[in-house]
Amino acid sequence: MSGNYLPQAIDYLRFLPEIVLSVFGIVIMLLEALMRASARRASLGGVALFGLAVAFLANLWAASNPGAAFSGMIVVDGYGTFFRGLVLVVGALCVLNSLSYLDREKSQTGEFYALLLFSVVGQCVLATAADLIMVFIGLEISSIASYILAGYLRDDRRNNESALKYFLLGSFATAFLLYGIAWIYGLTGSTNLAQIRTVLDQGASSTLVAGLAAALLFVGFAFKVSVVPFQIWAPDVYQGAASPVSAFLSAGPKAAAFAILFRVFMVSFRPLNARWIWLVWGCALLTMIVGNFAALLQTNVKRMLGYSSIAHAGYVLVALAASSQIGIAAAMFYLASYALMNIGAFAVISYIAARNERFVKIDDLAGLGRREPVTAALLAIFVFSLIGVPLTGGFFGKFYVFQAALNSHLVWLTVIGLINSAIAAYYYLKIIVAIYMKEPGESMEHLAPPALSLRIAIWASALGVLILGIFPGTLLSMATSSAALFR
Amino acid sequence: MPHVPLSWYLILSAILFALGAAGFVYRKSVITVFMSIELMLNAVNLSFVAFSYQLHRIDGHIYSFFVMVVAAAEAAVGLAIILTIFKNRGTLQIDEVDSMKL
Repeated sequence: MSGNYLPQAIDYLRFLPEIVLSVFGIVIMLLEALMRASARRASLGGVALFGLAVAFLANLWAASNPGAAFSGMIVVDGYGTFFRGLVLVVGALCVLNSLSYLDREKSQTGEFYALLLFSVVGQCVLATAADLIMVFIGLEISSIASYILAGYLRDDRRNNESALKYFLLGSFATAFLLYGIAWIYGLTGSTNLAQIRTVLDQGASSTLVAGLAAALLFVGFAFKVSVVPFQIWAPDVYQGAASPVSAFLSAGPKAAAFAILFRVFMVSFRPLNARWIWLVWGCALLTMIVGNFAALLQTNVKRMLGYSSIAHAGYVLVALAASSQIGIAAAMFYLASYALMNIGAFAVISYIAARNERFVKIDDLAGLGRREPVTAALLAIFVFSLIGVPLTGGFFGKFYVFQAALNSHLVWLTVIGLINSAIAAYYYLKIIVAIYMKEPGESMEHLAPPALSLRIAIWASALGVLILGIFPGTLLSMATSSAALFR
Repeated sequence: MPHVPLSWYLILSAILFALGAAGFVYRKSVITVFMSIELMLNAVNLSFVAFSYQLHRIDGHIYSFFVMVVAAAEAAVGLAIILTIFKNRGTLQIDEVDSMKL
C-alpha cells in the first residue's frame, strides 16, 4: 500500500487472465454482429475455447510473478492460480458440452459463449480477490452472467423459472453479503482481507459484532454454494436450466464461491475461529443429510444431481470446519474432482436428453449400456466417482476431507459424513442399474452417437477423474503447498 | 446544526434491511420481491456511507457507488428475466411459477 495508486505493468500482468477473457468475450459478440445470417455460429464456440486456452497460459504466466496487484485489491498466489486454472478448465469443458447441445436446440448464438466467458471472468476475480469489495464485484460478474445463462433458452418455461429463482435468491444472498461487508468495514476500517485479520488479531473491536458480521458474510456465501438452510434454489435451478448450463453452474461458480469462502474465513476471520466453527459444523451436518435424503426421492436425474450437489457442498464444508491447512488442501482437491465428475455426468445426460430435454428421468437412461457401451462406461466412471469408489478422484476427495476432519478431532462429523456417503451410494447406483440392467425404452430409439465435441468433453472429464483417482499425489502436493500460504 | 449520531443511521439501515428481507419472504408479486431486494441494497449503502463518515474516510462513499452500479446491472438482467416469465406464463405471482415441484 504505497502512495502510488497508478497501476504498474506488473499489476496488469497479474490480472492478465481476466483481461484476456473479457477481450475474447467482447470479440465474440462483435464477430457475431459481423457474421452473415447463414454462418455457422458454432465457430464462435471455437473462439471461446481459444480464449480460455490463452487465459490458461496467461494464468501460468501470472503465476510466475506472484504478489498483490492494484493496491492490494487482488493477490496472485498458488491458491488463486489453482482455482483460476480450475474455473478455466470448467469453462472449456462447458463450451465443448454446449456446442452440440445448442445445435440440437437450434439456438446457437455467440452471446452464449460471451456470457460464459464473462461468468468465468467473475470466477477468476473471486479466486484471486484480496479485498471484500473485489469479492463483491467478482461474485456479481459471475452471478449476473450466470442468471442469463440459466434462462438462456428464453422460450422454454423451465429455463424461465430456473433463471427467476436463481436471480431472486442470488440477489437476496448478495444483499446479506454486502451488509456483512459494510459491518466489517465499519468495525475494522478496512475491506482488505489481510488488514481485517490484523485488526481482529489486536482484539480492539467487539468479537460478538465481528462474529455477527462474519455470519452475514457466511449467509451470503452459503446461498451461492447451496448450503442448507440456504439451498432451496439449487434443485429447481439445476433441473430447469439447460444441461450444459447446469453442469457449469454446479461446478464453476460453486468452486469459485468456495474458494473465496475459504480465503475470507481462513485469512480474515481466523481470530474468530471459536465463534464460526460451530456454525459451519452445524451447516455441514445439515447439508450432507438434507442433500442426500432428498436425492433419494428423485426420479429426474438433473434434479437428483442438484440434490447431490448440495450433499457434496456439505462434504466441502466439513473441510472448512476442520479449519486447518490440511482441510484447505482437501477442499481444493475435492472441488477439482467434483467439478470433473459432475460435468461429465451432466454431459452424458445432456446427450441422452434429446431435443427440448424430453428424456431426463432416471428410467430414460435404461439400456444405455447396450446401445452406447462406451458412453455408458464413462457415465459409470462418473457415478462411481460421485459415490467415492477407490481409483476415482471422488474417493480421494472424500478421503482427504475426512482425514482433515479427523486430524481436527471432528469425529462425529466424520462418522456422519461416512454414513451419508453410504446412503448416497443407493441413489447413485440407481443410475448404474438403469444403464446396465434395464430394457431400453423410447429414449434409446433415436439415439445417435455423441458429437465429436461432446465426446471430447466426456473423455476429458473421465480421464481427469481417473488420473486424480490413480495419481492423486501431483494435484494434492500442489494444493498442500498453496494451502501453506494461509497462516 | 445538531449532530446526528452514527447509531441512528445504523438503526435506520437495519430497519430498512429487515423490511426488505421481510418483503422478500412475504410478498407474492415478483416485482415487489425485486423491489424488496433493492431496498436491502440501499440499506447497505446507508451503512456504508454512515461508517465512512464516521471513519473520516472516502472509500465507503466509493463502495456505495460500486453497489449502485452493480444494482443497476442486476436490475437490467432481472427485469429482462421477469419479462420472459410474463411473456410465457402471463402471470407475475410467485406462487404460480412452480412447474418443478417434486
